[in-house]
Amino acid sequence: MANFDKDSLSNTFIVALAVCLFCSIIVSGVAVALKPIQQANKELDQKQNILRAAGMLAEGSSVASDGRTVDEMFAEFTVRVVDLESGDFLDDVDASSLDPIKVAKDPGRSIALTAEQDIATLRRRENISLVYIKTVDEQLDKLVLPVRGYGLWGTLFGYLALDADLKTVSGLGFYSHKETPGLGGEVDNPSWKELWPGVQLFDRAGDPGVRIVKRRSTAGNEMAAREVDALSGATFTTRGVQNLINFWIGDLGFGPTLQKLKLANG
Amino acid sequence: MSQQNEVLVDPIFNNNPIALQVLGICSALAVTISMSQTLVMCAAVIFVTTLSNLAVSLVRNRIPTNIRIIVQMTIIASLVIVVDQVLQAVAYDISKSLSVFVGLIITNCIVMGRAEAFAMQNGPYLSALDGFGNALGYSLILIGVAIIREPLGAGTLMGYEILPTVSNGGWYYSNGLLLLSPSAFFIIGFFIWAIRSWKKDQVEEPEYEIADNVQYREAM
Amino acid sequence: MEHFLGIFVRAVFIENMALTFFLGMCTFIAISKKISTAIGLGIAVVVVLGITVPVNNLIFNHLLREGALSWAGFPDVDLSFLGYLSYIGVIAAMVQILEMVLDRYVPVLYNALGVFLPLITVNCAILGASLIMIEQDQTFAESAVFGLGAGVGWALAITALAGVREKLKYSDVPEGLRGLGITFISVGLLSLCFMSFGGIDI
Repeated sequence: MANFDKDSLSNTFIVALAVCLFCSIIVSGVAVALKPIQQANKELDQKQNILRAAGMLAEGSSVASDGRTVDEMFAEFTVRVVDLESGDFLDDVDASSLDPIKVAKDPGRSIALTAEQDIATLRRRENISLVYIKTVDEQLDKLVLPVRGYGLWGTLFGYLALDADLKTVSGLGFYSHKETPGLGGEVDNPSWKELWPGVQLFDRAGDPGVRIVKRRSTAGNEMAAREVDALSGATFTTRGVQNLINFWIGDLGFGPTLQKLKLANG
Repeated sequence: MSQQNEVLVDPIFNNNPIALQVLGICSALAVTISMSQTLVMCAAVIFVTTLSNLAVSLVRNRIPTNIRIIVQMTIIASLVIVVDQVLQAVAYDISKSLSVFVGLIITNCIVMGRAEAFAMQNGPYLSALDGFGNALGYSLILIGVAIIREPLGAGTLMGYEILPTVSNGGWYYSNGLLLLSPSAFFIIGFFIWAIRSWKKDQVEEPEYEIADNVQYREAM
Repeated sequence: MEHFLGIFVRAVFIENMALTFFLGMCTFIAISKKISTAIGLGIAVVVVLGITVPVNNLIFNHLLREGALSWAGFPDVDLSFLGYLSYIGVIAAMVQILEMVLDRYVPVLYNALGVFLPLITVNCAILGASLIMIEQDQTFAESAVFGLGAGVGWALAITALAGVREKLKYSDVPEGLRGLGITFISVGLLSLCFMSFGGIDI
């Protein structure tokens, strides 16, 4: 090694090439080998989020109380692609590769929202989206909708589950958000999520009317059924949650889809 | 103390990367909100630092001087990608909540700093030990911060409830400040104070000495 | 236009690189003793972020992301796992090129920024901004605005901290807290202040 010149041009190239080659083999090998497991994890995670919103899976567990696995429970759901404008199901689009959030970025497959339409601060809304339908004996039992909207620090992503009458909340869960821990982050608190099942989505005129309030209306009042207690210290987050639900069940969201489904189910 | 012990133990208290060398603070703050995230992060840093030191040390005699930073970067980045891919495969939930911070191990100054300062001059065995020791010193501070933040902020440790909070029907009013990232600065600040009260030689010289009150003495 | 202004203001104040994401902390704390050096480093970071974030955006969208290579006949290739390696490579190369260009054509600026440029490669704010840009799936124009905003925000933060520290050296700090300890606590207070920008919507 005495007369070995490590700074020579040829050695520089050899080392650079060797390092690149060696590292790329390791990195690509690991990435390719682990890809199927990662893909499975992602799908499992999404299924769990949907099941949690529908109240079929407890927080933090991956097996239902009756011992069924996520895949078994999710098999009860059918995934359908819907055209948000008309509310029709599109059977010629592959649901498994459709990501509504990516569609919303594509100017050809989404619409820009004006300031007053855009109560949930989405800027663009996709033209086609997904719904998850659970049927029991051919009858619609639960409907899960992907929802999202702006809170305090960033966008909240979640699922809203509806009961068979398509007017009542069955559950609400967010799987990704950036809200302040301890304040807005309490949207993940199980005791707050328990307040949601049973809440009415629409007012007497049939318009979206969910309200998140500091003080509930007196019992018996028509509004009381549409109200949920606000999170203390999280004005912006709760306003964001209220807006995003009202947006996605409204005419620009899944409103037309809900109308069609109601007609179909009598 | 033998040289091996010295290389391993020194960075833990005497020459702590965070408290004295001011290295690797960036990722230390955001991940300490929960113990499980912190442990995974520490494991990742220990893995990357040890192996990158080992790898750099093995090829140190062949690395040309003018491209050494890039070569070190490439080795570190490859290791981090491996860690990231493995985390996504085996601990998907935690890898999601760590998000960009796993990637930021690449620019964690500890990894780069040790490769450049130690592994380029020393043999593979000592270098690996040095990387391990420095990563341990880093982990110690991180775990210390997390052990204060998670129980006092959320009433849990590793996700298990140890202080039942009022919102869950218990008695503990959780301290929301500790859930916010700035609290990590305060905790690390006090850690530094504690370490320096114990090891006086780390105290910094004041840049500016307040002069004695001359007027007062003259009046006497 | 309004949309881009919104991104810029968000990146400067609400999602400040240094004080809400805590990126680039090592340099942030080490090089903030004097206002003049802090400003110099801040400007260098603005320049490097303003270039690397949009460049990395192009690389991600046209080479790495799933389906991005369809123009070359590989529609199913997903190279996004090579992300970290490419971004850090781009950053290191950009810094090197910038250094050479400044040295050749703008020697005044080179003398002012020169010492800081190599430091920037390992500044996690630079890599962090690229990773956040990928996570938020920004378009090219958005990423350019975001990169500039993130840089300005970081520069603002380090100048503010340097201002605090210049005053702080005249105060009587307990022995063990002197220097690093009190700096950490000041940064904590500064970042609490920046949290009050939360919820501002443009």
